[in-house]
Amino acid sequence: MTLTSKALLVLAGLALAACNNPRGGGFGGGGSDGFGGANDGFYDGGISTGNLGDPNDPRSVAHFQQRIGDRVFFTVDSSSLSAEGRATLDAQARWLNANTQYSIVMEGHADERGTRDYNIALGERRANAAMQYLIGQGVSANRMRVVSYGKDRPVEACAAQRCWDINRRAVTAIAGVTG
Amino acid sequence: MTRLFHSLTAFAVLVLTSIAPLLPAQAQPLRLQITEGVIEPMPFAVPAFVPENSAGGQYAERLSRVVAANLTNTGLFREVPPQAHIARISSFDASVSYSDWRAVNVQALITGAVSVQGNRMTVKFRLFDVLTGQQVGDGLQFAGTTDSWRRMAHKVSDAVYSRITGEGGYFDSRVVFVSESGPRTSRTRRLAIMDQDGENVQFLTDGRAMVIGPRMSLSGERILYTTYETGTPRLALMNTQTGQRQLVGDIPGAQVFSPRFSPDGGGLVFSAARGGNTDLYRMALSSGQIQQLTSSPSITTAPSFSPDGRFIAFESDRSGTTQIYVMPASGGEARRISFGQGRYNTPVWSPRGDLIAFTKQNAGRFHIGVMRTDGSEERLLTASFLDESPTWAPNGRVIMFTREAQGGDPSLFSVDITGRNLRRIPTPGPASDPSWGPLLQ
Repeated sequence: MTLTSKALLVLAGLALAACNNPRGGGFGGGGSDGFGGANDGFYDGGISTGNLGDPNDPRSVAHFQQRIGDRVFFTVDSSSLSAEGRATLDAQARWLNANTQYSIVMEGHADERGTRDYNIALGERRANAAMQYLIGQGVSANRMRVVSYGKDRPVEACAAQRCWDINRRAVTAIAGVTG
Repeated sequence: MTRLFHSLTAFAVLVLTSIAPLLPAQAQPLRLQITEGVIEPMPFAVPAFVPENSAGGQYAERLSRVVAANLTNTGLFREVPPQAHIARISSFDASVSYSDWRAVNVQALITGAVSVQGNRMTVKFRLFDVLTGQQVGDGLQFAGTTDSWRRMAHKVSDAVYSRITGEGGYFDSRVVFVSESGPRTSRTRRLAIMDQDGENVQFLTDGRAMVIGPRMSLSGERILYTTYETGTPRLALMNTQTGQRQLVGDIPGAQVFSPRFSPDGGGLVFSAARGGNTDLYRMALSSGQIQQLTSSPSITTAPSFSPDGRFIAFESDRSGTTQIYVMPASGGEARRISFGQGRYNTPVWSPRGDLIAFTKQNAGRFHIGVMRTDGSEERLLTASFLDESPTWAPNGRVIMFTREAQGGDPSLFSVDITGRNLRRIPTPGPASDPSWGPLLQ
């Protein structure tokens, strides 16, 4: 990826975070290393517009995030994919196999009811489970990398079951255009 | 970056001769046994230090207040406040009118003096047993720079604490931690360092990259922590005196985190997560050579060396739930030492070698606890919605940790190993992941 395209993608991520829905995060997890995702890496900064596309356009990133769904959820301490999660990942794989220009950061997250180090390990386990599933559906491993945020990038913070349930997640963040 | 421990070498310590005869060898009345659990705090007085020149005047009161706060904060001592004092200390070398101090029920009397010339400062103190009318130990004199005046008050406090408890002190020490700000969903997390009482906070990173879990070396000059500055968790090694930092311990394709120094500072142990598995690795800092210590299909993390460097305690969910294990520092067979109800995390070996502190989750509550190194005599010291990340004071008698109230922000707390004296440590905002450094020289 060229520096310019990387910069644009980063900026697109910021634009997404800025216009995201008010419950904080929403689709995309609120980050900057691409179109959504929880990254707070050191490339943050800058203002521009990025084109996520129209969610009605099946080839758009917006469609991937909002219609297909960019995340799957887990039960407490588990990295097992649910039937619903597998269905989401099946649809993600179809989209990724049809839009091979994108690379992916698979983010793993945990809820806050655990110690920090353990939750990084657990987040990695979840991200790995989702990534392995996508690989099994034909998505090239070369397009994907894992990052675990443990419990430190909740999509919503409310110290209640409702939030913990949506924070235990793996997010398929569209990270950039390869090649 | 400025040197954080600029005044470290500036101290000179001088033993002053007694103005009163030393106690007879058999008498030890001014004594607290910390391990027994102190029921009745010892009443003490610390009048404003005597300014021995006009420039010393501005520090006279402040020095005595820091000493009083330190001793009070241990929970072992109770101050008889200056308003209650009958006697006045007008000269450091004048004889003590014990009856005046007995009259207000003081048991331990600390007197001090301060003089300042330019940016140089000299602080002296003496400790008296009021009941027996004897000086306890020799007077001591500390010399340093005025910008380290709090450190001199901490040194006085450490000497008093040690003489009365027989334990090492911990007041002249620093704590590295993560200072948090901003909304929970996109929190800014900066590395910061402060005195053990929450004073003199300095930020070590700018907050652009997420950082977690700093650990101070036993010498206090270096910090290991996990940073997301490259996008994935990596280990960084920072020298607090030079400000230099570097990334260490890369394992391609892995999330690398949970570092801890070996006791000699020459290496570290850490964990790396890859392919759904988290294992422990060891690295020599001189060569950069990395050795894998565990290979178990499980989460194995939170390693901590024994102070003699021979063993590593860690947590692993290889049995189903996370439990604490101990293995030789070079790897090999691990022995499970936790068998109570619930799950156990974050074992941290006491600097004294006698206990392992841990986090325990049971029945929806979190606890900080201690157990002997064979897992026996488990004691829970705290209970709350979320307690974690224990770290030991350099004397192995106090533990600092992170506490998060339900729906609230994390902050730092300390508790002593008898479970008494739970205290919140003041920080500029939400704070987590403390790592307590050594007693400064």
